[in-house]
Amino acid sequence: MNTMQRLSRVDAVNWNRLQDDKDLEVWNRLTSNFWLPEKVPLSNDIQSWNTLTQQEKQLTIRVFTGLTLLDTIQGSIGAPTLMEDARTPHEEAVYTNIAFMESVHARSYSSIFSTLCTTRDVDDAFRWSEENPMLQAKSELILERYRADDPLMRKVASVFLESFLFYSGFYLPMYWSSHAKLTNTADLIRLIIRDEAVHGYYIGYKFQQALNEATPERQQAVKDYAYELLLELYDNEVRYTESLYDAVGLTEDVKKFLHYNANKALMNLGFEPLFPSSVTDVDPTIMAALSPSADENHDFFSGSGSSYVIGKAVATEDDDWAF
Amino acid sequence: MLTDAHAPLAGTLVYFSTRSGNTHRFVEKLGLTAHRLPINRNDPVPHIDTPYVLITPTYGGGGTQGAVPGPVIRFLNDEHNRRLIRGVIAAGNTNFGEAYGLAGRIVAQKCQVPLLYRFELLGTDDDVARVRKGVEEFWKRQT
Repeated sequence: MNTMQRLSRVDAVNWNRLQDDKDLEVWNRLTSNFWLPEKVPLSNDIQSWNTLTQQEKQLTIRVFTGLTLLDTIQGSIGAPTLMEDARTPHEEAVYTNIAFMESVHARSYSSIFSTLCTTRDVDDAFRWSEENPMLQAKSELILERYRADDPLMRKVASVFLESFLFYSGFYLPMYWSSHAKLTNTADLIRLIIRDEAVHGYYIGYKFQQALNEATPERQQAVKDYAYELLLELYDNEVRYTESLYDAVGLTEDVKKFLHYNANKALMNLGFEPLFPSSVTDVDPTIMAALSPSADENHDFFSGSGSSYVIGKAVATEDDDWAF
Repeated sequence: MLTDAHAPLAGTLVYFSTRSGNTHRFVEKLGLTAHRLPINRNDPVPHIDTPYVLITPTYGGGGTQGAVPGPVIRFLNDEHNRRLIRGVIAAGNTNFGEAYGLAGRIVAQKCQVPLLYRFELLGTDDDVARVRKGVEEFWKRQT
């Protein structure tokens, strides 16, 4: 049943003998991206925080509490579980980094809370998170896969958490940032978003490697099961999104953001996107908050090439360019 | 190398894809003639003899250092190869913020060619259709 060769004993990890050079590439990327919340001047957002209505404050605290739960799951259960299925000792080491960074993310939300919020409001939000049925349902859908003895589905669940489930929450700080609010908080969230992209990419890559070794029947079964889980999570995300964002009138755009990111989660697993572009057209100001150049016209082909100018000078520090 | 079902174009595609194969999958879906750069550092740098559009992933997440994959740099360090580049298309991920598709911007600037398009991960069907049509028209305009 177990299609992966688990590491049955521990050998000293030798980074000068790689079985898969992707392990070192990702290790280097993750370690060079290392950060701590203390590096972000969150207190500069206090004034901005005070311009939010009580309802907007409650929404923000709840969203961040929901994100804290996902990071806690991934740091304490998700990444350590993947370690057991690692195919190389270097892969195990990469998961130790992922696990730790998820704990840094979870810790960051508490830094935001202690900087901006009252203890009482935060305590209320944590109580809310323990009782919110949609939040508990998503946690349970993921934990079920982490507990089951199917290494491929563990990775599928993990990629869906990293690349899809966070985004109902990430939407809000991007929205505030696009309205010039909580901009330092948004900077911190962007660091988390960057990390999650590398995590989703790497776990998805390891998933594809293992899937390639499975029989065609098993491949098909895993693929069906993955789409099924995505749709189950999606239905729950839609309900979660409505319960949070209906009151501020943002639900429809958040759903587009969910579709857009669900497609990327599937692509990280090597599967084709599910949602057509007609439902992934997220508000351009949100996309610009996510990636400042995303709204620039880089579609030279679309006929608006006349407005195109060859890129601004980009300093490159790579010393192996010979010209 | 992939075969081309359409009429011969004035140029070709050159691309790099790591073992994850995202960019490779995108190029396969284009169905245009394309040459893949070798992954291994020890493989000889290929020579290209026709004008080409380069498709490269961005090593994501950090600053400009390391954004352009090494095999792409080595390929472009060859003056003969560099003279034939006409445009660049970059893969990336908007999660990397400012650095989305950064490899494309760096190559465009260093080689003084336009950044034609950016797409994420494997690219969507829309991306494939736009790039296929765009590349075909691009070569028509070049002749």
